[in-house]
Order: sequence, then structure tokens, then C-alpha cells
Amino acid sequence: MNWKIRRLGQGLFTIWAVITLAFVLTRMMPGNPVDAFVAQIGPELDNPQEAYELAEIYMNINPEDPMHIAYMDYMVAMLQGDMGYSMSQNDTVAAIMADAIPWTLFVMSWAIFIGFVVGISLGALMAYWEGTKFDVALTSYATIITSIPFYVLALLLLITFAYRLNWFPTAGRRPTGVEAGFNLPFILGIIHHATLPVFSMFVASGAASLTMRGNSVRVLGEDYLRVARLRGLPDRTIAVRYVARNAILPMYTGLMIAIGTMFGGAIVLEEIFAYRGMGYYMIQAVRARDYPLMMGAFTVITIAVVIALLIADLTYGKIDPRAGGEDREAF
Amino acid sequence: MKPSEDDTPVADDSDSGPSVDAFVPARESDSDADADAVSSSESDDATTPVRSDGGTVDRDSPFETTASVAETRNDRIDRFLEEYIRTPWSILRSDWRALASFAIIGIYLIIATVGVYLVEPTHPGQGAQLVGAFETWDHPLGTTTTGRDVLSMTVHSTPSILIMMASGAVFTVVVGTFFGIVAGYKGGMVDTVLSSITDIFINIPGLPLVIVLATLLEAWITNPVTLGVLLAVAAWAGLARAIRSQVLTLRNESFVEAARAMDMPTRWILLKEILPHLMPYIVVNMANAARRIIFAAVALYFLGVLPFSDANWGVMLDNAYNSGALYRTDALHWLLVPMIAISGIAMGLILLAQSLDQVFNPRIRARHQEIGDDDELEPDSENDTKDMMNV
Repeated sequence: MNWKIRRLGQGLFTIWAVITLAFVLTRMMPGNPVDAFVAQIGPELDNPQEAYELAEIYMNINPEDPMHIAYMDYMVAMLQGDMGYSMSQNDTVAAIMADAIPWTLFVMSWAIFIGFVVGISLGALMAYWEGTKFDVALTSYATIITSIPFYVLALLLLITFAYRLNWFPTAGRRPTGVEAGFNLPFILGIIHHATLPVFSMFVASGAASLTMRGNSVRVLGEDYLRVARLRGLPDRTIAVRYVARNAILPMYTGLMIAIGTMFGGAIVLEEIFAYRGMGYYMIQAVRARDYPLMMGAFTVITIAVVIALLIADLTYGKIDPRAGGEDREAF
Repeated sequence: MKPSEDDTPVADDSDSGPSVDAFVPARESDSDADADAVSSSESDDATTPVRSDGGTVDRDSPFETTASVAETRNDRIDRFLEEYIRTPWSILRSDWRALASFAIIGIYLIIATVGVYLVEPTHPGQGAQLVGAFETWDHPLGTTTTGRDVLSMTVHSTPSILIMMASGAVFTVVVGTFFGIVAGYKGGMVDTVLSSITDIFINIPGLPLVIVLATLLEAWITNPVTLGVLLAVAAWAGLARAIRSQVLTLRNESFVEAARAMDMPTRWILLKEILPHLMPYIVVNMANAARRIIFAAVALYFLGVLPFSDANWGVMLDNAYNSGALYRTDALHWLLVPMIAISGIAMGLILLAQSLDQVFNPRIRARHQEIGDDDELEPDSENDTKDMMNV
């Protein structure tokens, strides 16, 4: 219980640290965006003094305020969900993010889910038939696939299945000309648009199957497997029930790492497929030097990752009782 | 033989009568088979001061025991060579993955050093527009829409990519190892502080952080080295956490406790006792870190986030992508060549990591070691390295 509260506190601390980092970066960097904004927009206004007010509207930072007051204002605004006003998209950052978040979560959670289910099953099977052609083929496939960056894979998939074969749309996140809402054509259209991004993420996560294979091979040496075999249980039952279950635990750590990298990877992926999620807007913001949107997207992505990792961590304690805090002597 | 045996003896011999020592069996006679040891110990007994616990002070202190044969400088060099050069080499020679990885990385190194002199730098309008690959000998890998030679661009971006990769990997490993070792060993407040910093960096998604930093620090990222360090900012924390958990298992081992009991400085314990045990893990991670750095760098160039002055695999990818290479068959080679270059070096690094894993596997090591005697092969430790790698 104590450990859970501490872990929760750590998550909150991380979120605070990231928001503070965002403030410090926008305020203190050489050629800082706030001053640059004022310098750029000030001369164009009738009353140059208004530039400071505009800066406060756009970025929640008034350069005229002393640092600590500016910081307090920024924090309070952030806590209220006010992330400023986007310069390039002509909308509040909060509204843009609220529109984008579900799409990114949709694609990423499917990619993680499918990647792990398939990786775990394949890894277990590979280990069970260790040394066979099936194992050798899949092991070499996984080794080759990990040496190809996922965005290269995504580009190749896009060329083949979208541009050459026309099986999938080349861009976008929803079908055009279909009424949005809870109807079958719209849902199918969304799945159609999400297939390639999810698939390229999933193919690239071949490393999961290799880790699973390694864990499983170790489990395979255990006595209880011989017993299971002597009982005449079918191969599939042994591979999935006995080997997989005992080899999955170490994979959980890998899942946490995957969550972190998946959200990062989402940026590149959403850019390639022009899929309007958080990452897509972040890159648009970087290109346009739209700092409020950029920092907003960064903060939102971080909060999403922190929450995902928090859930993963807290459930880990349920799965593996050994996980938890320990008290050690300090030297 | 102990020096004290030869030094303390007969000179100040006198009849001081039987002391407590007479009833305590002299220890040298147990350990030394030398004939003269027995005789000299008799004369010693009378003179050496007696400690309250019945032992004698300077004769059997374990801290003064020295080897019977002095280790010469040559022995040390020989042992070093055996440990770090000959055994690894003999393992690597018999492993096809090692040979393949050396070949691949070697080719990239040759391209980066010699290749840049053999292939002339290219410029716009050097050839016809969008010549396909393998069509003319003037442009073996074809040209771009502006008539620049793809082969030359690929070759000339190799050095900076390799430098970036090396600096990023070194930074990742040094910072990650430092945080992991110190936090894991010291415990208490130091651990809390260092682990909190590590956890924050683990929780912050790497690529977005690097994108934000790259955008804001645009003016400072001017060369491959600083760029590599910037990319490593997102990578070191995972290694630090993994190393910390390794150190937690090491910190209570007997050899570390012995060093602590001897009041060795913490720095010495960390560097000489703990670090060598983590070396396999660190070296394998270095190869993996290098691969991740390249992936991240190319991704950022592809996104157009990083400022670039000249050609580069990521920049090529970006340019080709923006020129519509996705749907134009005649521009496909422009997109594929940098892709192959990236995947090739990544393949080399993966194979290198796998073969290094082999080098540090004690079971395989033992088979290739020439002078190691049986005592060094503890059967229990056979799987340690493998366990560490698969964590």
C-alpha cells in the first residue's frame, strides 16, 4: 500500500517536472520563444505593449512578470487544462489535443496489444520447437526485422500496399464522405485507415518474440514440463499454458519500455501516414515554430506515458508478488 | 613463504619461559610443507607478542600474506592479453555472427575513412535527373531530382553518422553506468535522488523530448558529437535502471563486503570490484545503444527537426520522401539506398551485440581459455552472464 502511494507520488512528480521543464525551456533557452514572439509581433501592433498580453494568451507566460510569478501563472493555467493558444492551427491547444488524443491511443493500444499477443505466442512456439526450421526461420526474421527501423518499414508498407496495390488509404485517419458516428461504414473506415500504422508497428516489434523465446527456452528445462509431456497433454497446451505463462513475467518489463517508445514512435508514424494524432500535431508545431502547441503536445504525450507506466507498474505488483519496495542499508 | 618467517627469527632468542603460544598450535606448520618452517616456528613462539585472543600479531595476519611467486610485469601483461584479447578472439573466430558483424562494421569504417577520398563529393546538376540505379557507371546508384549522385551522398554521410553513433553510445553508457552503479551501491539518500532522476527520464518519452530539445537548442547542435549526446539524453536512463538492479545483487557479495571491511574508498570499490562484473552487460548495451542512436537520428532528420548542412542518410530519406518517391517508381532508388545503409549498419551492430554476448558467456569462455585452471570455473556461475543479457 505504502509502495503504491509512493509510486503514485512519483508519477505526479514526473508530470510536475515535465511541466516545469516545458516552462524553463520556453522561458530560459537562448533566443527564447517568448521573447522572440514579443520581438516578432510587437512592431506590427499599434500598441507594442499589447505583445506582452498576446504572449500571455498564447503561451501563458508574460515576459514582463518576474520569473516566479510567471512560473506560478503557468503552473496554475496548466493545472486548469489551459495549455495556451496555437499560433498555426488557430484553436486552443487543449481543444486540438482533446481531438487528437483518442486517435493516437486507438492506434498505439492496438499496436502494443497485437504486438505482444503475437510476439508472446510466436516466441513460445519458437522455443518449443527449438532448432527446427520454423524456429530458425522466425529467429532470423526477427533479427533482420529489428535491424530495420520501424519508419523504414512503414514507408515500404505504404509504397507497396497503399500506392502500388491500393489496398489501403495513403493518409488520413477517417473515411471521407461517410457520416461520422456509430455506424458500420464509419467504424470500418477507421479500421481501414488504422491498419497500416498498426501493422507497421506490430511487424517492427519482432524483438518481443525473441525475448519470449529466450525466456521460454529457459523454462523448457524445468521438470514440470516433462511431467506435462508424460501426461500426454497436447503440444499446443504445453506451449501456451505451461511455457508461455511462466515466461511472460519478464516480458512485462519489456511492455513498459514498449509503451514509452511506442508513443515516441507514434510521432514518426503519424507523420508518415498523415494520421492526425498528438505526434502529427507536434511535428506540425515544430515546423511552424508554434511553441504553445509543441509544448502542449509534449506535455500531453508525457502525461499519457506516465499514466500508462503507472498502470503497468501497479498491476505488475499484482502479477508478481516479489515486486515492490525493499529497505536496504545505505553505505 | 611468508617474509615474516625469515625476518623475525633467531636473533633475539632468549629463555622467556613458556608463553600462551606454546599451547596454541603454530599456524604455519599447518599451511607450509617446508621442512624449515617447523623448526623456525619453534624459535618464534617465545618472542612474538601475544594478543588477547591468543593469536599472534604479525605472523598470521591474512593481510600480510603474499603469494610465494611474485607476479612480474610480464605475467600481468600476459594475463591481460589472455583475458581481453586472446580468449575473445578465439571465441569470435569460431562464431559466424562475429565475423559477419566485423565485416559489416569494417566496411562502414572503410567507407568512412577511405571511401570519402575515393568518391568525389557531389553537387546539383552533376548528372541527368533521376537516373535509375545500375544504369550507368557514372552514377552506379543513380541520381536525385537535382542530378546529385546518390552513391556519393551515401558515402559522404557515413563519417558524421558514425561519429554521432559513437559519441551517443559512449555518452549513454558512461552516464547510465555512473547513475546505475552509484545509486545501486550507495543506497539511502543518494539512491533516492539518483533513482528519482533516472525514473523521471524513463517516464518522459524519449523521442518527443529529443524533438523539443533539438528545436530549442538548434543553435548549439552544430556537429555530430553534440548531436549524438543530445540523442543519448533519452537513452541513458533505461541502462541506468538495469545496471542499478545488477549492482543490487552485487553489493552484498563477499568480495565487495571484504573491500568495504578493509575500508577501501567507495570510488575504488565501484571501479575495481563492481564495474568489472558489469562489463559484459555494459559492452553489449553499447552496441544496442549505438543502433538506437542511429535510428533516432535518422528519424529526426527524416522529420526535418534537426538542422542539417549537408547530405545525410536521414536527409536523403526526407528529400526523397518529399519528392514523391513513394509513388514515383523512377525515384524509388533514392529512397531505398539510405534505407539499406541504415539497416545494414544496424544489422552489423545487432550481430556484434549477439557475438559479444557469446564472448562473455562463461561456459564458452572456459572452452577457449588456455591457462585458466579448474578452480576458476564455478559451475554455479555458468548461467550468470546469460541471465543478465536476457533481463
